[in-house]
Amino acid sequence: MSTEKILSSDGLPLEVSLKKAERKNKMKAMMLVAPLFLFILITYLMPIGDMLFRSVDDRMITKMLPNTFTSLEKWNGKNLPEEQVYAALYEDLSYLKKTKTYGKIIARLNYEKGGFSSLIKKTVRKLGKFEEGNYKSQFIETHKRWGDINYFIALRNVAPNWSYVKYLKGVDLKLDQDGNIIQQPEDRRIYKTLWLRTLKVAFWVTVFCFILAYPISHLLATLPMKYSNLLMICVLLPFWTSLLVRTSSWMVLLQQQGPINDFIVMLGLAANDNRPELMYNVIGTFVAMTQILLPFMVLPLYSVMKTISPSLMRAGKSLGGTPFVAFRKIYFPLTVPGIGAGSLLVFILAIGYYITPALVGGASGSLISNTIAYHMKSSLDWAFASALGAMLLAGVLVIYWLYNKLVGIDNIKLG
Amino acid sequence: MALPTYTSWNYRIWHYTYLTICGLVFFFLIAPLFVILPLSFNAEQYIHFSAGMIALDPDAFSLRWYEDMIWGTKNPWGLAAKNSIIIAFFATIGATILGTVAALGLSSRHMPHKAAFMAVLISPMIVPLIISGTAIFFFMAKVGLAATFTGIILAHIILGTPFVVITVTATLTGFDHSVTRAATSLGSNPVNTFMKITLPLILPGVISGALFAFVTSFDEVVVVMFLAGLENTTIPIQMWVGLREQLSPTIMAVATCLIIMSTLILVTAELLRRRSERLRGINR
Repeated sequence: MSTEKILSSDGLPLEVSLKKAERKNKMKAMMLVAPLFLFILITYLMPIGDMLFRSVDDRMITKMLPNTFTSLEKWNGKNLPEEQVYAALYEDLSYLKKTKTYGKIIARLNYEKGGFSSLIKKTVRKLGKFEEGNYKSQFIETHKRWGDINYFIALRNVAPNWSYVKYLKGVDLKLDQDGNIIQQPEDRRIYKTLWLRTLKVAFWVTVFCFILAYPISHLLATLPMKYSNLLMICVLLPFWTSLLVRTSSWMVLLQQQGPINDFIVMLGLAANDNRPELMYNVIGTFVAMTQILLPFMVLPLYSVMKTISPSLMRAGKSLGGTPFVAFRKIYFPLTVPGIGAGSLLVFILAIGYYITPALVGGASGSLISNTIAYHMKSSLDWAFASALGAMLLAGVLVIYWLYNKLVGIDNIKLG
Repeated sequence: MALPTYTSWNYRIWHYTYLTICGLVFFFLIAPLFVILPLSFNAEQYIHFSAGMIALDPDAFSLRWYEDMIWGTKNPWGLAAKNSIIIAFFATIGATILGTVAALGLSSRHMPHKAAFMAVLISPMIVPLIISGTAIFFFMAKVGLAATFTGIILAHIILGTPFVVITVTATLTGFDHSVTRAATSLGSNPVNTFMKITLPLILPGVISGALFAFVTSFDEVVVVMFLAGLENTTIPIQMWVGLREQLSPTIMAVATCLIIMSTLILVTAELLRRRSERLRGINR
């Protein structure tokens, strides 16, 4: 028995013809997405890649001391290096002196080992007086640190093109001279505290948002339309209002002579001349961020609660459950998807918050984003800013992935 | 909500506690915004409620800070407002066109790897602004667009597109594709079909996405901070600078104007949402 192939009108087998049409449609859809995708790829994704690249890029110093690093490759690392290393160093430093670019290596070397700054500066200054040959003794004569093996170990450590020291620094670790990972000295451990504080603030803001959003979302979902629409404005107006406006209103409220402090004094909880500090610390960050992020919790919760039929609760009660039991066993489990969506969204937004902590957080309420901004704009350690950014990004992407798995990106609700 | 007469006392108490809690939360949400309004009319230079204001003495109120905002000699608000509007205008157009076209593709059932593409295109909304700002700054500096309007507009297009993609794909989920097929079978070309059939139907979604893109751009400070030079300062940048120095009544006046603007945008967005739901036949 032979199966006859079904042909389409142009004589091709139907299967081929269908596949062709399918491919054409697929191409059409992809052509529509292509402009935005390419735009985002070039102006956004690749720059983020560039940022990740910068965080490990250590080629600047490698390029500036090429001869020194080549000659150090043969060095055993146990005794002081041979004459040829000093000769290579002389060659590199002379070139850097001529082009007046030695300033750039000082910061990098000094970061690796303190004391390089004066060492390089003094040596470069005296470089003109050097005579040819016998560089080793001339170097040690110029500065006794050139006779210290530790400085050469540090030099060798900065030789590779890539380095992950910025990442280590971001979690209060560093490399010792033998290349082991060790903790920073006690007084320089600041980043672990900062990470923990960022996580803590994001976590508690999420919890507060959940506690505050749950009852009002329930009210909004159960009230008749004409009332709930009116109340919804209370949620949507802050949502549409400028972040800076909302933050400035918190600055007004929380300042020492502000209404909240007036109220506290009026209630007799604090003396007039001893008003509590509500702003420029972590309290300000908590309060302001909770209010600002609350709509992002209400909207997903509301849209889930809206779909829960009230008859389910009634059924639970009629079967003998107290209102509390009916709520716990029926209503609450049904709202879990909304809780998940809202919590992940609030957490993801809170963890990277910058403006509000910078304005009301002060020093003790500032988060990781503020430190990234500081290193981008003030200390100009872009590599370190990039490394911190990369670590934050990794965290955010994990939550984003989780969100995508649990909620689905296309289910993000906006108003 | 009136309670049925048979409800127990326990339940009644619980119910009114619940309503009180809700009331407090709504107050917490909305009240901070209204603190700003009276303070912007303060006759004094300080940011607190003077005795005269509490007694509603007309002399305690004035429009001087609004005058200062508009005519004040060393105030940059005029320039900042002009820049903000120019940037937001072009960023909105760019984001709306790119986002709508991409959303059309993403909503097609022939689109492969839909979720993955969607995740990538939405990412500028999810990634912390400080990271986006850093990355975009590196890029713009490399191509020579730092401290230019073009650079800032491009950056705001990046940040605005996710909102357009989300709102337009949401509108397209209930879209009846047989109407476009009907148009095609009647001899309409794809562009004509889009302009005459698809666009009018998805327009509410497109406009509400555009509003989001506009607000995003108009309110954006972190990325602009990295990119802007002195001459392309914007309203958020000026507010940011002002707030870091000290709270001034002029900032309260600016904030009041922004609140009025966002109220207007909210009303427009809500009306559009309802219209869109009606068009798609969703009755809530």
